[in-house]
Amino acid sequence: MSKEKEPLFSAKNMKLLTNPLNQDNPIIVQILGICSALAVTAKLKPAFVMALSVIAVMGLANVIMSLLRKTVPPRIRIIVQLVVIAFLVILVDQVLKAFVYDVSKQLSVFVGLIITNCIIMGRVEAFALGNKPWPAFIDGIGNGLGYGIILIIVGFFRELFGAGTLWGYKVIPQSFYEAGYSDNGLMLLPPMALILVGLIIWIHRSWNKNLIEK
Amino acid sequence: MNKNSNTYIIVYSTIMVVVVALILSFAAMQLQPLQKANAENEMKSAILQSIGEGAGAAKAEDKTAYINEQYEKYIVDSYAVRPNGEKVEDADAFALLADLKKEYGKPEDQRLLPIFVSRSDDGTMRYIIPLYGAGLWGPVWGYLALNDDWRTIYGVVFDHKSETPGLGAEIATPQFEDQFKNKSIFSGDRLVGISVLKGNSAGNDNAVDAVSGGTITSRGVENMIKENLSDYAGFIVKEATGHSPVAGEVDLDVEETPIHLTGESTPDLVGEDEPLTVDQNE
Repeated sequence: MSKEKEPLFSAKNMKLLTNPLNQDNPIIVQILGICSALAVTAKLKPAFVMALSVIAVMGLANVIMSLLRKTVPPRIRIIVQLVVIAFLVILVDQVLKAFVYDVSKQLSVFVGLIITNCIIMGRVEAFALGNKPWPAFIDGIGNGLGYGIILIIVGFFRELFGAGTLWGYKVIPQSFYEAGYSDNGLMLLPPMALILVGLIIWIHRSWNKNLIEK
Repeated sequence: MNKNSNTYIIVYSTIMVVVVALILSFAAMQLQPLQKANAENEMKSAILQSIGEGAGAAKAEDKTAYINEQYEKYIVDSYAVRPNGEKVEDADAFALLADLKKEYGKPEDQRLLPIFVSRSDDGTMRYIIPLYGAGLWGPVWGYLALNDDWRTIYGVVFDHKSETPGLGAEIATPQFEDQFKNKSIFSGDRLVGISVLKGNSAGNDNAVDAVSGGTITSRGVENMIKENLSDYAGFIVKEATGHSPVAGEVDLDVEETPIHLTGESTPDLVGEDEPLTVDQNE
């Protein structure tokens, strides 16, 4: 039993953090959490705040489930996971409303959407239930980051080409519009987000040939 | 212990639910005063915004104190009116404002509708009417500030609970709101409200452009203005024209929203507005 204590940031743990950013990305490799990736990425700011909230909820949910993992009755584990995640999301929502009202208004419905994010349930089920709290925490943060990066990339392109702004500030100069350029309304609609995610997957796989299915 | 036994599962889930419920209700109770203060502050801030004040809030060290101070400074009076035009001086307009939805749910003769009066630095009086209506996914609301002729709009501010960012949510941006400035809710002596049209609103004193891709939200804004104004009509027409409204002077018929959500239980969360289906060229 006397296993040597693993350092907090061992190579193995770091892999948990960095893998989801690339080789094991929840959105573009596992194709999870697509619905919220389409819904909240019309603008950069909500995409960013959503990414932060998901990282927080995912990290905490993984830790709590990992702590509970020896006591959870296997037959109702999915329900227990849902309760823990919903609990955290409601708590986050309440805290945001009380202390950062502006941000909470930005997020509005998206906070609730976090509960239905399949990445969180997926990580809790696949990782937290079988691992210690610290690796589970790192895994949660890593996957949250992997999710967030894609959200921000998609949000960046959608806001830039759909509204000509970034973070709400005008970036495409007025002279462009006078020269005949116009914003692409399709960028703001969910189908375009799906197409963008598809393009990112394409580019990503042409870099990582090992991900291409035979 | 057998983790699959019914007893274990029942005891486990009971404890879990009780613990979660306790923590959540404790958190809700502790945070409620803060949340309520935030919500009130938000309303005051929006009222100020509709008359173009309170812009320093973002830079103010204590935002709440700043908003309160500005509110005390500019909002000099508030009262309520009834749909028949009767003025109720001693009503608590701010309390009515906090539950506007309830007030609009009452039978018409029992409704009490708040009006806020502001005096700007140069002494001009303006009248602020709160608005409450429905967008695509949830409520939309706002404040309409009228000049002291009770006809032309000094400024508006809109907000929403859950409209889609980039589409319906654009109603809460200055680009949309600024269009309302100097428009009139009267056409001649008829109270007509403001129409939100798809294009060609230029030169029309009673219309503004809709948000592209946010048709149903835009239509919701128009309906909100017209429906709410119809309850204020008795009072506003009296103030603007000097007599109670006679037949034909209130022309606020709300067009049916071309919303095709009937029969669908819950709208798909990533979907957006249907394309405009009514001909706008009247």
